[in-house]
Amino acid sequence: MKNKDSKDKYQTLVVQGTEYKTLFTRKYENRKKWVKPNEKEIISFIPGTIKKIFVKKGQNVKKDEPILILTAMKMDNTIYAPFDCTISEMTVNVGDILPKGHKMVILEN
Amino acid sequence: MPLKTKIQELQKKREEVQKGGGDKAIEKQQSMGKLTARERIVALVDDNSFHEYDLFVEHEARDFNMDKKVLHGDGVVIGTGEINDEPIAIFAQDFTVAGGSLGLMHARKITKIMDHALKMRVPLIGINDSGGARIQEGVNSLAGYGEIFFRNTLSSGVIPQISVILGPCAGGAVYSPALTDFVFVVDKISKMFITGPEVIKTVLGEEISMEDLGGARVHSETTGNAHFYAESEQECFSQIQKLLSFIPWNNEKKAPAIKPKLPKSEFNIEKIVPGDPHLPYDIRDVVKAIVDNSDFLEIQELWAQNMVIGFGRINGETCGFVCNQPLVLAGVLDVDSSDKAARFIRYCDAFNIPVVTLVDLPGYLPGIDQEHAGVIRHGAKILYAYSEATVPKLTVILRKAYGGGYIAMGSRHLRSDFVFAWPGAEIAVMGPEGAANIIFRKEISSAENPDEMRQIKVEEYKEKFANPYVAAAKGYVDSVIEPKETRKLLIHAIDVAKNKGVSGPRKKHGVPPF
Repeated sequence: MKNKDSKDKYQTLVVQGTEYKTLFTRKYENRKKWVKPNEKEIISFIPGTIKKIFVKKGQNVKKDEPILILTAMKMDNTIYAPFDCTISEMTVNVGDILPKGHKMVILEN
Repeated sequence: MPLKTKIQELQKKREEVQKGGGDKAIEKQQSMGKLTARERIVALVDDNSFHEYDLFVEHEARDFNMDKKVLHGDGVVIGTGEINDEPIAIFAQDFTVAGGSLGLMHARKITKIMDHALKMRVPLIGINDSGGARIQEGVNSLAGYGEIFFRNTLSSGVIPQISVILGPCAGGAVYSPALTDFVFVVDKISKMFITGPEVIKTVLGEEISMEDLGGARVHSETTGNAHFYAESEQECFSQIQKLLSFIPWNNEKKAPAIKPKLPKSEFNIEKIVPGDPHLPYDIRDVVKAIVDNSDFLEIQELWAQNMVIGFGRINGETCGFVCNQPLVLAGVLDVDSSDKAARFIRYCDAFNIPVVTLVDLPGYLPGIDQEHAGVIRHGAKILYAYSEATVPKLTVILRKAYGGGYIAMGSRHLRSDFVFAWPGAEIAVMGPEGAANIIFRKEISSAENPDEMRQIKVEEYKEKFANPYVAAAKGYVDSVIEPKETRKLLIHAIDVAKNKGVSGPRKKHGVPPF
């Protein structure tokens, strides 16, 4: 550990109301901030490729109607509408390769 | 044919096979800064102690023109030797032969030496340097891996198993090291991953180098898969020799005791820990002030640094140290540090090594990321490991021991055999600031000057509860001791505990939270 003698690098960590002087690890500093999930966004839950899109922007869809197929790990995953809604925006096209957590569709009630 | 000619024939055969993949492949191996499989074994074991088995094994593959290929030793070297004058079993994959790929006979050689190690009750060392499964051998390769994993599990807790990653180790192959006790990696040489950069690029379109995905640094610092990090193969071999000097050869033996030595005088136990509990210090200096010759072998030095684990000797006897590190993240417990400590405690328990716990922590790390990463489940591992362990358990509370952290860190309640506390120890349900805010909420909010009142109440709480005497009054702490008495009392405790015998209810095995 190289940071042993670097007193000026001490940060403050608060645990149960008490402040402690200490060093942070890189992993702690790079931790991801939590964001509340937005139910009006359909996010890729696995990295994959868009195989088919069933709907168009502005189209009204019923709950459980298929929206698109995301192919991942040799498996076709059909994504269905979570509730009755209007397709507000399609941010993907057929053939797109997506990472996990990519915003694919935005819905409106 | 006269015997002399037959001997010459043998010598010729040996020489040929020991060349592995031949001069060109050896040259390539060296150009990558790597030693060959046999050079590695020679560098690791005691001089002239290695004896190789199964030199003349040949592969059995017939499809895809494999029957026309000669693969010397089928890409792996196995045998027995000595380290520190004691026998060990070893295998080393030979990357110069078909990229060290694992086929049926290659795997059979490995499982043969694994069976041998288990039967003889000697440590097993595996040097991994392989491109992975030999695709031409199909399901036989998979069977080979499975047979290795099964034996890793069977040997776990019986003989020490050491994995040395000196090249690629990808896909299913990574699970053998993951099942062993200690994984050694070397900068720029070790690469471990389940899916490599190529696949990640195809599937995700994300580009990452092998080094950034699964290099030695990543596994030592980020994932915690590796236990020892070295800059060179030679340094790595010295680390293995040193580790083996601390641990017993099997679960029925005690670690080799050596002539006791005093800690070095530069580590003055009375001057390391600041009186102010908010200020950091390096807990390893306290360990070095306790152990023989201040010689401490730290394990997983770069990962979850808020917890320090490793081996040191007290009066010649190996002990496993589990310590909060106030220098990093105030020494809190979190997902990674719980995992780190729990596995180490189980190792010590399996191999008859007393556990010495040095406590100084404010509690668990607060954060959404921690809660969502399962700090409940991971934190429980530490409780399980301490409660389950039947080796001597000796605990010293140096400063803070608050809340759940106090219980988890080798407390009396999890059956520590000796619990010592320094006079500056604060054993309480939480820190004075937090406690005063809750207990005296009304007084503080209704006061004319709440901040002033809070300070008064914090002081009041500190005075009454932030000390070792409340716990000592209940017998949760056996003795409140001066820091300079620590080593003397630990020696005494180890001596008293040397014939410790406890037994729990009969069961097949427990169900730990992993």
